[in-house]
Amino acid sequence: MEALHVLIAGPAGAGVFATSNMLGKTLLRHGYEVFITNEYPSLIRGGQQWALVVASAESPVYSHRRRVDLLLALDKQALGSNLSKLGSEGLAVCDTADKGVEDPRVVPLPFREAVKELGAPTVSINTVGVGAIVGALGGDVELLKSAVASQFRSREVAEVNVKLAEKGYSMGVELRRRVRFQLKRLSSSRRLLIDGNSALALGLLAGGMTAFFSYPMTPASPILHFLAEIQREYGIVVFQPESELAAINMAIGAAYAGARAAVATSGGGFSLMVEALGQAAMTETPVVIVNVQRPGPSTGMPTHTAQSDLRFVLHASQGEFPRVVLAPSNPLEAYELGCEAMNIAWKYQVPVIVLSDKFLAESFWTIPDLPRLEPEEGRVLRGEVQGDYARYRLTGDGVSPMAVPGTRGALVYANTSEHDEYGFGTIDPAVVRAMQEKRFLKLRSLRAEAERKGVKVYGEGQVVLATWGSTTMVAREALRELEGVKLVQLVWLEPFPAESFAQEVSGRKLLVVENNMRGQLVSLIREHVLRQPEGFLGRYDGRPLDPEEVVEFVKMHMR
Amino acid sequence: MDERVYDTKKRPVWCPGCGNFAVLTALRRALAELDLKPEEVVIVTGIGCHGRMSDYVRANAFHTIHGRTLPLATGIKLANPNLTVIAHAGDGDAYAIGLGHLPHAARRNIDITLIVHDNMIFGLTTGQVTPTTPQGVKTKSTPFGNPERPLNPLLLALASGATFVARGFSGEADHLKELIKQGILHRGFAFIEVLQPCVTFFNTYQLFREKVYKIDGSHDPTDFEAALRLAQQEDRLPIGVFYRVERPTLEDYFAYAMSPPPALRKPQAPDLSKTIERFR
Repeated sequence: MEALHVLIAGPAGAGVFATSNMLGKTLLRHGYEVFITNEYPSLIRGGQQWALVVASAESPVYSHRRRVDLLLALDKQALGSNLSKLGSEGLAVCDTADKGVEDPRVVPLPFREAVKELGAPTVSINTVGVGAIVGALGGDVELLKSAVASQFRSREVAEVNVKLAEKGYSMGVELRRRVRFQLKRLSSSRRLLIDGNSALALGLLAGGMTAFFSYPMTPASPILHFLAEIQREYGIVVFQPESELAAINMAIGAAYAGARAAVATSGGGFSLMVEALGQAAMTETPVVIVNVQRPGPSTGMPTHTAQSDLRFVLHASQGEFPRVVLAPSNPLEAYELGCEAMNIAWKYQVPVIVLSDKFLAESFWTIPDLPRLEPEEGRVLRGEVQGDYARYRLTGDGVSPMAVPGTRGALVYANTSEHDEYGFGTIDPAVVRAMQEKRFLKLRSLRAEAERKGVKVYGEGQVVLATWGSTTMVAREALRELEGVKLVQLVWLEPFPAESFAQEVSGRKLLVVENNMRGQLVSLIREHVLRQPEGFLGRYDGRPLDPEEVVEFVKMHMR
Repeated sequence: MDERVYDTKKRPVWCPGCGNFAVLTALRRALAELDLKPEEVVIVTGIGCHGRMSDYVRANAFHTIHGRTLPLATGIKLANPNLTVIAHAGDGDAYAIGLGHLPHAARRNIDITLIVHDNMIFGLTTGQVTPTTPQGVKTKSTPFGNPERPLNPLLLALASGATFVARGFSGEADHLKELIKQGILHRGFAFIEVLQPCVTFFNTYQLFREKVYKIDGSHDPTDFEAALRLAQQEDRLPIGVFYRVERPTLEDYFAYAMSPPPALRKPQAPDLSKTIERFR
């Protein structure tokens, strides 16, 4: 697959992400498949960050690569520390004043001068830079201008930046013969370039969410920002309370009252939510908890990625109860599983955890469109109830009709202590056993759902590469260079789709790749399928696995 | 309305003479006199002896975990402001493990009523110190006397911006009933601290009977400074309404989402097309 890799690097505050968005959108509007990912430290000013923009005309881009074709450096340090990533035929552009090294690949351009001419703030050299990149790539200047304009809310600022981009574009045109990858306008259908966090938020909305509570925590906060911004358009309650303890208890309260509610956090916030997770289970109140993982233990690395909370969310809380854990690998799945999480929570009145991670949450992928999904109400009673109502009525499948407080003829008693069918506290051994069995009765239907939807397969071969979450995208990228390898992704991790998984891997060599140290999926496979995978590759330095190392790992096991 | 409408007919398992009986009676009478239908009322209770209230009040109820009555009640009210939401908490719930929620509920002025059953001891766990146990008092966890000064809940509520601050006494059930009625009718966060002795582990009835007196008409409940002065009295303990003022509630801020409220909407697939445009 022919692809273009552009790295934008600079100090925090220099607009690295805005630059990558403008470039990404320009490429998207040319009709290209685009992928953007980034890396940044946990601070507001000082320190370096980068964003990588990948584009291809031929096929979807699943993830990053180590190689870089073009580098836009927004200061001297960014140039110095990223030049080594550039291929020998690569090209780096920077402002004239930032050219600190003698390297034939580095082309200094008068970014600051252009900014000065237009009387724009110095920070806007990034827009000149993105113009230069698009110019060098032979892109359409009108598409560049429209992408730049859409980046800024104020019309005035947008106009200045469009002019800056045009200036940069004409500088870049001079470099065209030095850049092999030249852009064309492709006749592709209109698509979206969207990040995992936004897609997940849209999925929750599609699932009928009307109340969202969240305490800020990187990398989950963008979900809060996104929903807070659009709350009035959708008529939903979006609220930031005093802590994650408050957030999840508010969500449980709202759900008890009849509103579809969700919370989003990262591992540290999830730790605080654990006591209420058990409460949601015991009171059989539907709630969706999004955990956007980052490396731990404790504060770990707030702005980096990991898949090390799997075992934690599977076992969190005292006691035993059924729960559902879903792990999307890309924005489309994040959207679909956001809605599915809401539907499953309400259909079965159980807590549902969606495990995302920083790599998925803050990277952008091109997707065709968001399909229309339908919220399923589940057994909710509104208006009026006839006859004797008991919140925890024993039924054939463990799911009791859930009346909403205010319903005529029904008093709804939710109890976090063990209770009888009406919700009254009890320690009667027969009732206790009946209630515990009632809650676990739901597992039968949940298991069937997991077996039906929990496993996705890509390719075919005698070697199986098993993944979950965003590492799946890295593995799909690696698959381009591997023959005879079948990728098996676990979308449902609890209940574990043991039969479907066993069927897919049966008689094949089994390898596992994960963004953690101990192989948490490896241990789940041992537990549910009674099989020891032949190989495991884990990465635990806060960075996603590189497709290159996955290829190397699989090839080593195929020899 | 007959207060028996609010009786679940379950026999309370509190110790004979427990202050919780008076709070239970006062609450049932208050609800009946306000003519509220049980279907329109939600009782939220925490963990501790008071937590049994939800077994005995025939209404909607949520018996939640230790310390979390306020955020839980807030979630219910935000989802459906048509409901009358009354949160009960013990002094452990409200002032120890759940203290982090109290100032926020007060300052955000969510329209709920909080009734704190303050017996100045952990009763259900057989008598340990709480944040309102007086200094020097010997409990199971402070056998040589409580080393800490007690918290002043009324000052805390006032300082946090509560719009209705009152204190009642379980030895004055009728007076307490009136306070609860006023608290429920108050539009905004109503904080009612109830002196409610634990007859088994810290019996303070005699002491309270000597120290408690009713606030009379000479106190202006809109006078914040006067309320602060009253709340600082320690030699004698005033009961009644310390402070009352009207301010916009948290639900007012979410008025755009309340017709109908989130809890009463049948889930529907929203039209996401406009929002999606930004990703093209």
